Amino acid sequence: MRSKSVVTLSGISALALYSSMAVGSKYNFPEPQSVIARDIYDQHILLMWICLAIFVAVFGVMFYSILKHRKSLGYKAANFHHSTAVEFIWTIIPCIILIAMAYPATKTVIAMKDTSSPDMTIKATGYQWMWGYDYLQGEGEGISFYSKLSTPRAQVENKAPKGENYLLEVDNRVVVPVGKKVRVILTANDVIHAWWVPALGSKQDAVPGFIRDTWFTADKPGVYRGQCAELCGKDHGFMPIVVEVMEAGEYSKWVAAQLNASAVKTSMHVENK
Amino acid sequence: MAAVHGDAHGHGHDDHHPSGIMRWVRTTNHKDIGTMYLWFSFTMFLVGGFLAMGIRAELYQPGIQILEPELFNQFTTLHGLIMVFGAIMPAFVGFANWQVPLMIGAPDMAFARMNNWSFWLLPVAGTLLVSSFFVPGGAAAGGWTFYPPLSTQGGLGVDLMIFSVHILGASSIMGSINIITTILNMRAPGMTLMKMPMFVWTWLITAYLLVLVMPVLAGVVTMLLTDRHFGTSFFNAAGGGDPVMFQHIFWFFGHPEVYIMILPAFGIVSEIIPTFSRKPLFGYSSMVYATASIAILSCVVWAHHMFTAGMPTVGQLFFMYATMLIAVPTGVKVFNWTATMWRGSMSFETPMLFAIGFIFLFVIGGFSGVICAIVPIDIQVQDTYYVIAHFHYVLVSGALFSLFAGVYYWLPKWTGHMYSETLGKWHFWLSMFFFNLTFFVQHFLGLAGMPRRIPDYNIQFADFNMISSIGAFGFGLTQLLFLYIVINCIRGGEKAPQMPWDGATTLEWTHLPSPAPYHSFETPPIVK
Repeated sequence: MRSKSVVTLSGISALALYSSMAVGSKYNFPEPQSVIARDIYDQHILLMWICLAIFVAVFGVMFYSILKHRKSLGYKAANFHHSTAVEFIWTIIPCIILIAMAYPATKTVIAMKDTSSPDMTIKATGYQWMWGYDYLQGEGEGISFYSKLSTPRAQVENKAPKGENYLLEVDNRVVVPVGKKVRVILTANDVIHAWWVPALGSKQDAVPGFIRDTWFTADKPGVYRGQCAELCGKDHGFMPIVVEVMEAGEYSKWVAAQLNASAVKTSMHVENK
Repeated sequence: MAAVHGDAHGHGHDDHHPSGIMRWVRTTNHKDIGTMYLWFSFTMFLVGGFLAMGIRAELYQPGIQILEPELFNQFTTLHGLIMVFGAIMPAFVGFANWQVPLMIGAPDMAFARMNNWSFWLLPVAGTLLVSSFFVPGGAAAGGWTFYPPLSTQGGLGVDLMIFSVHILGASSIMGSINIITTILNMRAPGMTLMKMPMFVWTWLITAYLLVLVMPVLAGVVTMLLTDRHFGTSFFNAAGGGDPVMFQHIFWFFGHPEVYIMILPAFGIVSEIIPTFSRKPLFGYSSMVYATASIAILSCVVWAHHMFTAGMPTVGQLFFMYATMLIAVPTGVKVFNWTATMWRGSMSFETPMLFAIGFIFLFVIGGFSGVICAIVPIDIQVQDTYYVIAHFHYVLVSGALFSLFAGVYYWLPKWTGHMYSETLGKWHFWLSMFFFNLTFFVQHFLGLAGMPRRIPDYNIQFADFNMISSIGAFGFGLTQLLFLYIVINCIRGGEKAPQMPWDGATTLEWTHLPSPAPYHSFETPPIVK
C-alpha cells in the first residue's frame, strides 16, 4: 500500500510540475498578436477547461472504483451489464458538448478563410530552402526580395555560442504596417512548404503550381518569428519566417528605402547595357 | 511400421510436423504463424525503436551533433513506416491468428496456406525497408506520409519503400480476408454474431476496413512510382497533376489506418477489463455499434490531416464536424469500460494495469484529438510537436500498451507458464513513467511553436527536448525488460493452470488446457 501511495504522490507532483511550467509561460501558444490568433488562443483555453472537467469526472469515477471496488478489500462484484437509459444519456451529453465547441470554431473558420478586400497583398514563394517575397498590391507594391536563414553555420555546428534567435533569424524580414489587413498569397517553386507565424495565427501550405492564400492583421508593432511547417527536404528546419510589423510612418520610410534601392539597382543595370 | 503408426493415430490427430527451421517455414498452423507474426513485429519494434533513439539523441541538445539533416529525415521517415507497418499492424494480426480461432472455437484459420504466405511476405518487405538505408542516396526521407513532390525527388530508397508498401499491403489484404472468412464461417455452433467476444468483433470490423483501404494505398504508391519513373504527372502540377491529390488519396487510406491500429486494441482491453473486474462487459451491444460507427466515420474524416493544405470553408467545416463526431462513440467505449469496472471485484495483475494505463492515456490522446479536430486550433498545432504528442498518446500508450496487456493476458495460455508478476509490474510502471516523460512535454513544445521533423531547434525548446530525450531512452531500455520477461516465460516458470484469471469467460480459458494444444477444437465446442 505504501509503495502505491508513493507512486501516486510522485505522479501527482510530476503533473503539478508540468502544469506550473505550462501556466503563463512560454509553454503555451505565444502571446496572440492578431484577432485570429486571439480567437485560437481563447478557444484552446476553453477546450482545455472542458477537457479537464470531463477528465476529472470520468477518472474521478474510475479511480474511486479502483480504490474501493477491489478484490483485496473483499468487495463482491455486482452483475449488471447494461442500462439503456444511462447509455442514451452518455451519448447525448457529449453531442451537446461538441456543439458548444463547434459553434465558436465555425465562426473563426469563416473569419480566417475570408481573405477579401485586403489593404495589401504579398506573395510568398517557398524554395528549397528559403522564402521569396513579392509585394503585389498596396503600399510597397513592386518590392521583391529573398529571405534566408542568417544564423551562422558555426552556431549550428556548435563551434560558436547560440544566440537568442538561433534558427529564427533571416537576412531580409517581411515588413508590414500595423493594423492593416495583409493578404499573403502562397506558392512554391519545388516541393510543398508551409508559411507559419504562430503569433499571427497564420499557417498555410505553399503548393508548387498552385496558389493558396491566408491573411492577418497585426495588432502591435514587433518582430514575429515562425518556421516552415511542412517537411521540404534536408534544410526544412533551416528556413524561418520573420515578420516585422511597423507603425505606418516607419513603414512608409522602409518602403521608400526599398524602392529607392531597387531603382538604383535597375538604373545601374540599364547603364551597364 | 510407419504406416501402422500413422493409422494408429489417425491423420486428423497427428501432431507431427517438420522440426527445426522447416517447421516455421512450412507451417500452416495458426498458433505457429501467430507466434511468428508477434516475433517479427517485436523485431521491427526494436529496429523502429533504435531509429527513435537516434532521433531523440540528435534532439537532446540544440545544434547538429549525431545525425546530419539528411540522415535525420531518413530516421524519422523509417521510424514511422517501420512502427506503423512493421510493428503495430503485424502484432495485431499475430493476436488475431492466435486468438480468433481459439475464441470462436475453430480448429484453425480458414485459409491455412494463404496464412503462411501472408506472414512470409512480411520479412521480405521488412528487409526491403531496412536495407534501403544502405543503397545510394539512403532511405526515403520524405516523412512516413511521403508527400510528393518531395518523395518524387528521392533516390532508390523511395522505390524500395514503395515496393515494400506494396508487399505489406498484399500481406495485410490476405490476412484480413482470412480473418473475415474465419470469423464468418467457422464459429462454434451457438456462437451467434452478437455472442462473439469483443476482440473478435473489433477484428472483424478492422479486417473490413483493411480490405477497403489497403488497395487505395497500393494505388497511391503505384501512382507515385509511375510519376517517378514512367513520365506520368498525377502529382506534378507542371504536367497537369496536383500534389494535394496525393494527400487526399493517402489520407483516405491513412485515417482508417489509424483506426485499424486502435480498434483491435479496444477489443483486447474489452476482454481484459471484464476479466479482472470479475463482471461482464457493460453495454456489449453498444460497444459493437460504437466500433462499427467509429469504422464508418473513419472513412469520412481524412481531410482533417490537411486543414492547412488549402480547402474551401465548407470542406474544412465538414471535416471538422465529422471528426468531432468520432468523439461520441469513442466516449461510449470509455464510459462502458468505466461502468464495467464500477462495483466489480477488481484485481490488478499486469494485464489489468496495462489496460487501465491504456484507458487513462488513450483518453488524453483523445482529448488532444478533439483539440486537433477544431480547425482554428489545428491551424496552429498542425505539423508541430503537439501532433507528435497526440498520436504517440494514441499509438504508443494506446495500441502498444494494449498489445502489452494482451501479451501478459494470453502468455499463460500460449506458453503454459506464468510470467513474472513482479517484473511485469515493473515493466508497466517504468513504461508509464518514461512514456509520459517523453511525450507529455511534447504538447508544450508544439504549443510553443516547435515544428515536427526538424533536426535542430531554437534554444527556447531546449529544456523540454532534453526531458523528452531522457524519457525516450528510459522507455526504450524498459522494453528490453519486456523481452526478458517474455523469454523467461517461454523457457519456464510457474505452471499456468487452465484458467489463471478467475473472471475469464471466453472459450480458450473455459475449454482448453494451458498451453493450448498444437491442434485445438478439432470438434467444435457448443456455445449456449
